[in-house]
Amino acid sequence: MTTQPDATHEFRVTDLNVYYGRVHVLQDVSFSMGTEPLGVIGRNGMGKTTLVKAIAGFVPARSGSIEFEGKDVAGKQPYQINHAGIAYVPQGRRIFPSLSVHEHLTMVGAKKSARWNVPAIYDLFPRLAERRKNSGAALSGGEQQMLAIGRALLSNPRLVVMDEPSEGLAPAVVDHLAEVLRGVVREGQAVLLIEQNLRFATELCDRILVMVNGRIAADMAASEIANNPEVQNKYLGVV
Amino acid sequence: MDQFLLIALNGLTLAAVYFLVASGLTLIFGLMRVITMAHGTSYLLGGYIGYVIARETGNWLLGALGAAIAVGVLGLIIHQVLIRRFQDDDMRVALVTLGVSLIGTDLMLAVFGGTATQVAIPAAFQVGLPLPGLGSYPLIRLLILLVAVLVGVGLTLFINKTRYGSIVRAGVDDSQMTSATGVNVRVVFASIFFLGSALAGFAGVVGGTLFPLLPGQDGSYLLFSLVVVIVGGMGSVPGAAIGAALVGIVSQFALVYAPTYSLVLTFALMVVVLAIRPQGILGRRSAT
Repeated sequence: MTTQPDATHEFRVTDLNVYYGRVHVLQDVSFSMGTEPLGVIGRNGMGKTTLVKAIAGFVPARSGSIEFEGKDVAGKQPYQINHAGIAYVPQGRRIFPSLSVHEHLTMVGAKKSARWNVPAIYDLFPRLAERRKNSGAALSGGEQQMLAIGRALLSNPRLVVMDEPSEGLAPAVVDHLAEVLRGVVREGQAVLLIEQNLRFATELCDRILVMVNGRIAADMAASEIANNPEVQNKYLGVV
Repeated sequence: MDQFLLIALNGLTLAAVYFLVASGLTLIFGLMRVITMAHGTSYLLGGYIGYVIARETGNWLLGALGAAIAVGVLGLIIHQVLIRRFQDDDMRVALVTLGVSLIGTDLMLAVFGGTATQVAIPAAFQVGLPLPGLGSYPLIRLLILLVAVLVGVGLTLFINKTRYGSIVRAGVDDSQMTSATGVNVRVVFASIFFLGSALAGFAGVVGGTLFPLLPGQDGSYLLFSLVVVIVGGMGSVPGAAIGAALVGIVSQFALVYAPTYSLVLTFALMVVVLAIRPQGILGRRSAT
């Protein structure tokens, strides 16, 4: 396993449809990405979280395919998707209350020789090293987010899917997180980032997809949207 | 004074058996939250299997090992075939396992009959150990106490100190998220169900060595191990040890000083503990 993506590294979602009961949440969603970080933004309830849950194997897709490195992972169990090279940082972090910080990291079972092993995560987030004996439930929101990211990286994935890592965090913490993640991305780590925080998304990703009502409404360069209040208003209704 | 000490020791060795049964239940019910009504059946079946193997081979250890493995495998099959498909529906799991236990009880009655049997032990262990103030005390009872302590320490370390233990606890907290870290949670849970059932089978051999095996014990051991797990705190192995010690000692003293109220006092213990600590002695207040 290596974090250096190979040439065949491609993540492709094709005509993905997801229903909750009779509600058609994702409608023919298609996009693809390589190793460059990709941001997905949109207002609440537009289907962003459903998209990542479908990718992670948490909700079933009615139709369509999710291919990674040529393999279709749609309909697979979450652990099979993880083994295929996709790691998941869920919304709300989903830290295990019964485990200490250190146990969260060791349970993943990363090889000592891998790029991401337990000491490497402590280097990335020294704050976690300080709190290694603490229960996951006793951490602050920012620390929990670091732990959730560390837990995902320890699978040494070739793609990390993150669902709103900035949610509920203080601005200073968000800035710190963005800085750390920029370093990770610069190393060549592929990231699919779901965000409501436009600034966070555009700082990390050069390419942004906009989701509106379960569809991809726009696919544009981050610079196009970052400094364009008109576009922002249209898709995000930032008032 | 001698009598007091004797009762206390009897209580503790009885507690050792209760603990061995309950340690399996604390994995299955306390930790994994599978409401099984067949745990006492696993205990009695283990006792009978151990009895047969020990009788045929003359080897107690082989009987204990064989019973643990056989009951463990049977538990695993029941988990995979019956329990797993209803795993999010407690009531159905309880009813299905109740059905399994009723069928198992009758099958055992048909095969082993209604008379008491006891697992044989080598003559070398059928001796008394001289103890100060007591004269002599059966060596086998003290050995069983030691075995229970070893099992308790081993299980505690396994759950709290190993990577596999972390995975089990994570799986109980959030099985979907645990799966997303690359763990096949289904296999992990199956292995814990195997371990819990195997412990019940092993406990049956130990219990069947100290006391006669009889139809009906499946029900009473299920009841006592439930009390132990609830008093000690769900999912806590040291809690189960404390719970077993309390239940064992209270029931033995009650048997001597207030025999009529022995059973009542055991449950009164549970009522008192739950009134003071609803989560059990070492249980954690659940967040959800």
